[in-house]
Amino acid sequence: MSRPTPLRDVHETLGATLTDFAGWLMPLRYGSESAEHKTVREAAGLFDLSHMGEIFVTGPQAGQALDYALVGHLSALAPGRARYTMIVNERGGVLDDLIVYRLEDEQFMVVANASNYEKVGNELKNRAKAYDAVVEDRSDQYALIAVQGPRSQEILATLTDADLAGLKYYAGLPGLVDGRQALIARTGYTGEDGFELFVANQDAVPLWHALMAAGEPHGLKPAGLSSRDTLRLEAGMPLYGNELGPELTPFDAGLGRVVKFDKPGDFVGRSALEAVKDDQPRRRLVGLVARGRRVPRHGYPVTRDGVVVGEVTSGAPSQSLGRPIAMAYVDAGADSGLAVDIRGSHEPMDLVELPFYRRNK
Amino acid sequence: MSNIPDELNYTKEHEWVAGLDDGITVTVGITAFAAEALGDVVFVQLPEVGSTVEAGESIGEVESTKSVSEIYTPVGGEVVEVNQAVVDDPSLANSDPYGDGWMFRVRVEGDPEDLLSPEEYAALTAGES
Repeated sequence: MSRPTPLRDVHETLGATLTDFAGWLMPLRYGSESAEHKTVREAAGLFDLSHMGEIFVTGPQAGQALDYALVGHLSALAPGRARYTMIVNERGGVLDDLIVYRLEDEQFMVVANASNYEKVGNELKNRAKAYDAVVEDRSDQYALIAVQGPRSQEILATLTDADLAGLKYYAGLPGLVDGRQALIARTGYTGEDGFELFVANQDAVPLWHALMAAGEPHGLKPAGLSSRDTLRLEAGMPLYGNELGPELTPFDAGLGRVVKFDKPGDFVGRSALEAVKDDQPRRRLVGLVARGRRVPRHGYPVTRDGVVVGEVTSGAPSQSLGRPIAMAYVDAGADSGLAVDIRGSHEPMDLVELPFYRRNK
Repeated sequence: MSNIPDELNYTKEHEWVAGLDDGITVTVGITAFAAEALGDVVFVQLPEVGSTVEAGESIGEVESTKSVSEIYTPVGGEVVEVNQAVVDDPSLANSDPYGDGWMFRVRVEGDPEDLLSPEEYAALTAGES
């Protein structure tokens, strides 16, 4: 039985198609997912992301504990700023990708994927034992509502006095939104400008309604996980379980830049990652654009001259390109003459560098 | 509850069949239930006109943003027409599944697969939704 978010009744009233996602009952789409995708690119979409996990790390050594537990240099993060980072195992394999917000000098919030946050919380507790820091999984207390798209700031500005214009990408500040206490973060997973609002569960429904009302004149519509997936795919953003997993290091995924070897002290996975950091990975993560209309999907083989040279990790029809796109791990050097084996038929693909879509800033 | 027109027959694979009564050609499409379950249809592949098909055979596919499904023919015979409009604009399968979103026509030879009445199909989809 899937867990509902605090917004479940709202989704049902809106006629959402609900689906199980990582044990949560989530809105897949409200109407047409293509229309929702377009709305986020052109105006703004409202997402319920309450399935994400929020783990708080608090104490005089919270920063050092995270430096040891994660691959990033979190003690160097200024209060009010956020970082994209990862937690890896001793072999350097990715356990999850994370956004860490430094809320105060001695308090961080680690946002983990729905499928992983219990594991991440437990790992953080173990890894922080030697430090003067307390790890607390507060995922059950928080809802997360995201406003994503070019009109996001205008919409949110009608409900808060917080300095949104001064809030940089990957920054977050506490503030009142529609009179409710929220952490307002300028982060997202769509390739557009946007905000993520972390609020107490009981504030989720009234905040949702306030945002819908404030956004309506700006074209805001609710958007489900289906459009979120095609939006992040166009933006070339990895999804844990597709592009990332315990058999891959951050270097395998082309994200070696998140590993900060120059931070002080040891960290879990350091020796394993140092051993591979200068290796040429056997495969690299690339973009594929289909010449035809059939869609490459997760797990389909990438071929060249009939020989398997890679595997698709995510694929979908792309509205922004008008053709199907995919992310795939492909053998180094296999840059042309590629195809994807789509249920027995080898469909030609052009290799492109990621991302597929970049917004105009 | 999806729209299930009274005048059609249905299959367990969520297709509809029209024109059985004239005994010559039938028209086949996917049901509103199927279209809703798929989400936005982005690609439709249909058989060649003139090809001979057997009842129960997979003869095409329907792809949406999230998934792909095969199209089965519930009747055997010769494919006499395919809907080029739905190939060119697959969203017709969502917007008008029983009308402009029809898929193909077959000149029937032999007996069709076991088809469902509207009532039987309603019971089937009630169990799945």
